[in-house]
Amino acid sequence: METIKTLDITFNDLNWKIEYSPERCTMCGSCVAVCSFQAIEAGVERHSKTVSTARQPEPVQQHKAVPVIKQVNGLANACVGCGMCEKVCPNRAIKPVRNENTRAGVLGRSGGTPIKRGGRNNLIKDNTLDKIVVGRISQMTDPSLDAERHTFDILAPFGRVLTPGELPFSTAGGELKLNSSTPPVNWIYPLIFSDMSVGALSTRAWEAICIATAYLNEKHNMPIRMCSGEGGMPVQLMKSEYLKYSIIQIASGHFGWNRIVKALPDMKVDPAGILIKIGQGAKPGDGGLLPAAKVAEHIQAIRGVPKADLLSPPNHQGLYSIEESVQKMHLSLNAAFKFRVPVAIKCSASATSVSVYNNLLRDPYKICGGFFLDGIQGGTGAANEVSLDHTGHPVVSKVRDCYQAAVKQGRQGQIPLWAGGGIGLTGNAAADAFKMICLGANGVFISKLLIQLCGCVGNEHGRCNACNTGKCPTGICSQDHRLVRRLDVDKAAQNIVEYMLAFDMELRKLMAPIGNSSLPVGRSDALVTTDKAMADKLSIQYAC
Amino acid sequence: MCRIGAIKSKVPFHPSQALRLMLPQQEGHDNSGFAMVMQDLDGVFAGYKDKPLLSLACTAHGAKLAEEYMKAQNFVRDFEWVPKIDRRPGLDIKAMPLYMFRCYDYPEEYQNVSWQEKEELLLDTRLALRRLLEKDDQGYVFSFWPDVLTLKEIGDPSDIATYFRLWDDNGELMAKNVVTQCRQNTNYDIVRYAAHPFFIQGYTLCANGENTFYTKNTEYQRSLHRGYNGFESDSQNFLYTLHYVLHELKWPIKYFKHVITPLPFSEIEKRPDNKELTAIRQSLAHLEINGPNTIIAMLPDGRMMTCCDSKKLRPVVIGGDETTKAIASEVCGLNVVLPNRNPELDVYPNEREVVVITPELEVQRWKQ
Repeated sequence: METIKTLDITFNDLNWKIEYSPERCTMCGSCVAVCSFQAIEAGVERHSKTVSTARQPEPVQQHKAVPVIKQVNGLANACVGCGMCEKVCPNRAIKPVRNENTRAGVLGRSGGTPIKRGGRNNLIKDNTLDKIVVGRISQMTDPSLDAERHTFDILAPFGRVLTPGELPFSTAGGELKLNSSTPPVNWIYPLIFSDMSVGALSTRAWEAICIATAYLNEKHNMPIRMCSGEGGMPVQLMKSEYLKYSIIQIASGHFGWNRIVKALPDMKVDPAGILIKIGQGAKPGDGGLLPAAKVAEHIQAIRGVPKADLLSPPNHQGLYSIEESVQKMHLSLNAAFKFRVPVAIKCSASATSVSVYNNLLRDPYKICGGFFLDGIQGGTGAANEVSLDHTGHPVVSKVRDCYQAAVKQGRQGQIPLWAGGGIGLTGNAAADAFKMICLGANGVFISKLLIQLCGCVGNEHGRCNACNTGKCPTGICSQDHRLVRRLDVDKAAQNIVEYMLAFDMELRKLMAPIGNSSLPVGRSDALVTTDKAMADKLSIQYAC
Repeated sequence: MCRIGAIKSKVPFHPSQALRLMLPQQEGHDNSGFAMVMQDLDGVFAGYKDKPLLSLACTAHGAKLAEEYMKAQNFVRDFEWVPKIDRRPGLDIKAMPLYMFRCYDYPEEYQNVSWQEKEELLLDTRLALRRLLEKDDQGYVFSFWPDVLTLKEIGDPSDIATYFRLWDDNGELMAKNVVTQCRQNTNYDIVRYAAHPFFIQGYTLCANGENTFYTKNTEYQRSLHRGYNGFESDSQNFLYTLHYVLHELKWPIKYFKHVITPLPFSEIEKRPDNKELTAIRQSLAHLEINGPNTIIAMLPDGRMMTCCDSKKLRPVVIGGDETTKAIASEVCGLNVVLPNRNPELDVYPNEREVVVITPELEVQRWKQ
């Protein structure tokens, strides 16, 4: 008889238990083959069975050695609930079931290391934006528009906007003429495919997003931009025309910038923008993290690093203050692209965001081309769980605070506000985006939703969230070529394209009833909420 | 819904003409008020065209407060016209106790200053009087400007005209330009300040429609200029934008339309002036309007302008003869005041068009 000690970790200590029906199982082996976590294995159990083999019933009880699928004990091979086994089983014989009595949270810190995972915050259960509705509907004298027939101007600025008085205009013959250049501003779709690096994502997943971006631009005339993430870009892409759809990110590790700088002379077109990543909503105050398991050979090449854990520092080295940040990073990046490419900044939402925004608004160089605020419900490929669940700031009220701070100074719109971190959390990105825009955002950025469209099964209830392990069962967040091959690039790209086409129509369906053909940035009068505290905080109407 | 109108003539005319322009359109308004701004005055004001004229509706106490304030600021009263009120019973009017129209001499220390300084003084004086009278509802200051008279009241327009004897063409109250409207702004509270036309530093404007970007416009305008206040009506935004574009930024008039109803980006791209139009659109994004609207504006130099929203959800028509031009929401108004004009020459501006009537009554029109 097997001896078990109480301190041994068994499957009933884990977050997920495998529910298995041996009578349905044909031992085809598909589930074991598909499980990238090796959480299940084939084994033999001694079962008591009543059998009857004669013509007439002659039941006999026997003890038999039966081949079965068993869950592996231990944290290293814990089931993450991804459900791939269930997906591939032809007989519905196996599935993961959430273990209510899990002890994984207690046991997971063995070895003295914090729990690490990917995904989003798993503690926040409600979605602020779902408590707000578009309550100011055009009726009678102020007609609603027709979402199908009217033309809509759905574009948002990326770049530093001057006040009208600062525009270098001269007047001659009743005409205004711009006498000198102004900071570059690109008008793009109000949703950006946000920064996920080659490295965090598999090359195939990254490629799928690239394909979707190009397709939406070239076939559907939707000027969607995609941010590279911190990790550089394939040189071929940088030297191609498609660079114009990319926003290149620089983060504290500066990964990939060796190649980017070397590619500068060969760039045929300018990138759509540069995004300086200061912080990330999912793990504010922490730098990027790419576990060694994911630093495959091609990642080493793109980033110019050996195979090792790649930890970006929590801050850009050499930056002491926001003034210094503006002077050094913004100026040097603006200069690198000869002041033709807008340079924006991304920070995690924080109680201090308004101060940062005010500083940027008041900077005399007028050089910050966008303020990206990333909220606590943003996703990540790898982080300490304590950061994911217990640090950060909701993005909704913070974007509103920043907008209102700008309004107070008459500077709204000068540094476009972009909101992310939980946009599309419940699958309704258009509604979320629209509400954020009414509260003052110029646009939104999404990333988790994109990988969900590529097949990611992770959710905010602790399902999967194994992006950090390199064992992503859908091949999205892995560099293991056997797993990566699972991802159908074309189908993933198609899913993203179709979602975005629906997003665009849904956005029109929200603009039409309030009678607006251009984006209602700051039209907080269009929103109502049934939550009084929320109404007070966001300065929108309370309704009941 | 509002109906708006304006008459511009080479010869001075009486406000009854403005009423005749508006009353046929009453199916479209609700007869809840009457307001007009007269410019280029004649009649009793003919001799005082360079003196700032205060248009005031107030209580006796309000009058005293205003008088004391003006005295303290060294304004010297030169002329006063008080309408002879017809107090017959049964008139539908919520009248204030007193209506005063006073012309002043500039304070001694302002006699020789530049026009720019005088403009600021006149605005500040009006704003100060407004603040002073706002307490305890002691009165309303509608305009304080040379050669400009404003009258606004709540009630039935015909009765209001009877009350002020505007039907009597006695030659006292005359002007070459009148902008008018016959409805209180019922979207918000019924207050006298909410009735268009609105006025600031020589610019007059009234609008028919809904400004769905009221919140955006208002939040931005509050920080642009000390004179941009009140916001009792969503149409005030148009006036402040007009004043900002022409008076503050000193941009040519054609850019006003580009600010309130910018071209779609796809159209801007194709234009030779795309750099300028893009810069304007992005820098003044918060002054865009996005609802159904028609506006009529009167500029300090006497030009009148009209244009519509970018979907032409509100109508307007311009017509007239060699002596008089009129603008109205509906052509039935023109038919009453200008029955002998050639209606084939009437102009119905489209959603991208701007129409200006010059002081010489030349009708200019262009597409934005």
